[in-house]
Amino acid sequence: VKIGVLLGQLRELEAGLAATYRGTGERHADDHDVYHQCVSFAKKAEGHVAKLASLAERYDARNGADSQVQARDDNELGLLGVLRTLFLAAEEVSITWVMMNQAAQAARDAELLSVVQECHAEVELQVKWLTTRIKVAAPQALVTA
Amino acid sequence: MEDRIHQPWGIRSPYSRGETWPIRLDERADGEVDRWVASACVLCSNGCGVDIGVRDGRIVGVRGRGSDRVNRGRLGPKGLYGWEANGAPDRLRRPLVRKSGELRESSWDEAMELVAEKARTLLATKGSGALGFYTTGQLFIEDYYTLGVIARGGIGTNHLDGNTRLCTATAAQALKETFGCDGQPGSFADIDHCDALLHVGINMAETQTVTWMRQLDRLQRPDRPRLVVIDPRPTPAAREADIHLAVRSGTNVAILNGLLAQLIENGWIDREWIEAHTVGFDALARAVEPYTPEKVAEICGVDAGAIREAARIIGQAERLLTFVLQGVYQSHQATAAACQANNINLLRGMIGRPGAGILQMNGQPTAQNTRECGCDGDLAGFRNWQNAAHIADLARIWNVEPQQIPHWGPPTHAMEIFRYAEQGSIGFLWIIGTNPAVSLPELRRIRSILSNPELFLVVSDAFPTETTQFADVVLPAALWGEKTGTFTNADRTVHLSEQAVEPPGEARADLDVFIDFAQRLELRDKDGERLVKWSTPEEAYSAWQECSRGRPCDYSELSYERLRAGSGIQWGGERLYADGVFPTEPELCEDYGHDIVVGNQLSEPEFRALNPQGRAILKPAEWTEPHEWPDEEYPLVLNTGRTIYQFHTRTKTGRAPELSAAAPDVWVELAQTDADRLGIEEGDVCEVVSPRGTVRAPARVSGIREGVVFLPFHYGSWKAEEEDAPSAANELTITQWDPVSKQPIFKTAKVRVTKVAGGTGRSPAPEVAASAPAGAAT
Repeated sequence: VKIGVLLGQLRELEAGLAATYRGTGERHADDHDVYHQCVSFAKKAEGHVAKLASLAERYDARNGADSQVQARDDNELGLLGVLRTLFLAAEEVSITWVMMNQAAQAARDAELLSVVQECHAEVELQVKWLTTRIKVAAPQALVTA
Repeated sequence: MEDRIHQPWGIRSPYSRGETWPIRLDERADGEVDRWVASACVLCSNGCGVDIGVRDGRIVGVRGRGSDRVNRGRLGPKGLYGWEANGAPDRLRRPLVRKSGELRESSWDEAMELVAEKARTLLATKGSGALGFYTTGQLFIEDYYTLGVIARGGIGTNHLDGNTRLCTATAAQALKETFGCDGQPGSFADIDHCDALLHVGINMAETQTVTWMRQLDRLQRPDRPRLVVIDPRPTPAAREADIHLAVRSGTNVAILNGLLAQLIENGWIDREWIEAHTVGFDALARAVEPYTPEKVAEICGVDAGAIREAARIIGQAERLLTFVLQGVYQSHQATAAACQANNINLLRGMIGRPGAGILQMNGQPTAQNTRECGCDGDLAGFRNWQNAAHIADLARIWNVEPQQIPHWGPPTHAMEIFRYAEQGSIGFLWIIGTNPAVSLPELRRIRSILSNPELFLVVSDAFPTETTQFADVVLPAALWGEKTGTFTNADRTVHLSEQAVEPPGEARADLDVFIDFAQRLELRDKDGERLVKWSTPEEAYSAWQECSRGRPCDYSELSYERLRAGSGIQWGGERLYADGVFPTEPELCEDYGHDIVVGNQLSEPEFRALNPQGRAILKPAEWTEPHEWPDEEYPLVLNTGRTIYQFHTRTKTGRAPELSAAAPDVWVELAQTDADRLGIEEGDVCEVVSPRGTVRAPARVSGIREGVVFLPFHYGSWKAEEEDAPSAANELTITQWDPVSKQPIFKTAKVRVTKVAGGTGRSPAPEVAASAPAGAAT
């Protein structure tokens, strides 16, 4: 069961996110809504870290960096990792299309807007496909393999 | 009786629209019959009512039942001759256990304890996800339901699927996508009332022989229904057709979109009905608009005028009956294409009335039941894995905690089960009544998975097969006629099949074996009582009746007593959706559906956003080229399928002497033009090569469309003399599946064909039906 490893990763990620929220809030304190929302999200993230800590004892969580998980291209865990990376890449592309969509509207560029709408819809489809596939792959990779 | 090998459909009994299909009594027996035992045929999904003839404790014949709504007394050649396999000398009679590398006879206790011990060990060390079950479309309701309870409710594994994944997964999925739930909308009786027939990728004369007879009988009269056939092969239906669209394999969505576009453009649609009973028309109309006859003609390789004429027949019909099968289901974009066939009838409002209906057909006799009972990639009673209330209901019925039942994702499909076995996370695989070493795609890969020493392989079968030779434990199974149980055909007709004779040797009914397994694993409900609380078929059936109560497939009123009193009763009545109300209420539906092009699972909110609320969902799809498409090195498309005389991998039909002799060995069908170009003549020995393997087969130059070659998929290597030359079509097929139904693709592998040796005269291909020689009219 690799749940412990994933718990360790989640703790790291949540802790990192908390720090980023705090840092962002401080650097953008003059964007007041951003400041306040970031601080409250940081508190949420820190709360998640605390919740994970008690679960981690049960699952013997390891630090993500020195985990003993052996993900290979040809095993269940390897596929799950690759799908996760793809999902993150597709999400980055997706939110960038959102920016472009807004820009195209403001620039009144109909040609750009039509390209944005077509492409963004396709990327959103990819994100959903990756979500569907990750949901199917995760139980076997994390619990059985 | 006449020779039903060479006259497979027998003599005609013509009838007109609205008349009752005349009775014709088919019977075949070796000598005197002492008693007749009620059953139904298990050699295709048609489910003909049949009596089994018994003398001296042996099956000696069969006769069709004239009172049965399905066949009105008729039987096809497989039904008439196939029963002889029950008495074949090489039936498995004792369990086999692998010792020092060899399969040796053992006691049931030794074999079952070994199976249970392996299961217990893996459950303790790796958990329920290490156990998988791969079943069939040949068991009875009682078997399926019991195994589903054991696997999902007891062991708690999500890895339970059947070879129905190869046969009917797309039928089920397309019904879920369009209507919210599985369940055959139409009825075979619609043939009596239709004035137009649309066959999409179905060679019915060979696959559902008796229901083809029914159509053939109507085609004899002046008021014959108009017939449109979409198929790359010159099937008997294609020869009878008013319009035959011999499309290139892999282009189903394009041809169907073309027909839909014509219906809309010419106003041959029922706008009022569409408005009241469907959602999604505007998006569908936009999606199909670019599919002009000229564009479709180019994609599909058919005549644009023929597309217009086919659309006119469909568009002007008053009662349109549509049949769909493997040409759609085993191609890429399988679900997308099957949904477009649904859309044709929906745009015309042709559903739920006599003669107006859709039959998304099944291949196997009991495929419908594995879908209903949750022994494949579905949950029992058409329950929705994403619906917490459905899971809670199932948990209440089984008296287990809801979290015991896997519902974090869709049940694992067969190809994924084999992938987990390949990777090693599944260490226990129980294969029941199926022969994946011949029937799954890319056999070299399948053999390597099955022969992995890390995989503990249990195989239940009645015969030694290409698959049993890889097993660690082989369990000898009772066949049809040797046990009692119920099953349901492709038009929802339920039959009770009574035990007629004892199984040979120590062979046992699957139900008994499953219950033994559950007891050895000490599977309990949440009160510590036995999880499986039944021991006889009738008790198992009663449990299923209770599980189905209130669901669309409600068996609660169909007791053994009622089934014994009649001869085949449909659940849901003659036809579903007579009121135009579909099970798309979010609380009721079996599936929230998918994006049918890419396969993304929709969530409940996404489904609600479609706002179906009892209306059918028109889902559009653009045509996409198959991932593997002919190129310079492999210029032809391989289509695989069956002949009328054989079933599956011949485990039964290959042991029925008349059937085996009628189609004894593999052949490859080529178009005359392709044969001429390659310098191949009838009977020449050819090699068919794909990127995955080679098959050697003599050529049949037939009327198949140019660019497509056909191999029958029946021919593995269990007959010793066949071992040298690879003959299984699946040596060549690709490991790929439809993104929605997960049905593997058997219709579009790229291949090349070369002549390797001169002719030996005629190939062994049957001279009738789709494989008939070029120019022959049969």
